[in-house]
Amino acid sequence: MVRIAGVDIPNEKKIWVAMTYIYGIGSSTADRILADLGIDRNLKTKDLSEDELVKIREYIESNIKIEGDLRREVNQNIKRLIEINSYRGIMHRRGLPVRGQRTHTNARTRKGKKRSVGIRKKIS
Amino acid sequence: MSRSLKKGPFIEGKLLDRINKLNDSGEKKIIKTWSRSSTIFPEMVGHTVAVHDGRRHVPIYISESMVGHKLGEFAPTRSIRAHVFKGKSESTAKVK
Repeated sequence: MVRIAGVDIPNEKKIWVAMTYIYGIGSSTADRILADLGIDRNLKTKDLSEDELVKIREYIESNIKIEGDLRREVNQNIKRLIEINSYRGIMHRRGLPVRGQRTHTNARTRKGKKRSVGIRKKIS
Repeated sequence: MSRSLKKGPFIEGKLLDRINKLNDSGEKKIIKTWSRSSTIFPEMVGHTVAVHDGRRHVPIYISESMVGHKLGEFAPTRSIRAHVFKGKSESTAKVK
């Protein structure tokens, strides 16, 4: 078990996979970092030397926005859209898809589980 | 695909002229426009622009954080309708 960038503890996987466990680093970013540092991407995390881990840590710390900082930035961007009352902000506020998808049907990822609007039975 | 940088951001020429005229004279007047696709320029901050939504001109006060967006983003073209529980019957009502 190794620690890179705070809380994240990647494990027995190849280093480029293990790095994607960090919020803000996907496979392409991981590859780029490893290429820049000249580390073999196919090494298992446990086989990396302490030296290489330090290099990775430093590179991430100084070049890439990850974890809490990144989450905060994303939230701020959304909040800004909501505050200025833009169309995208309104869609965020109402929990609907923001990028112009249809909402007549589907859009369940944003809308959440189906809520049926039951037809009310007439009394009398 | 994003717009070529060579051209710079789009704004209707007339609209920019009118904004500049207001800035020169220091006046604040509501400008009616149909140009929803115009980018909001820094020059427009502090003015109120009435953007057409297909039916009427929606007055929008331009603030600093709106710069870079398009005018149309602030004048929704669809009215938002939702079900509202009202007594025993359901009716539709405008909800913001």
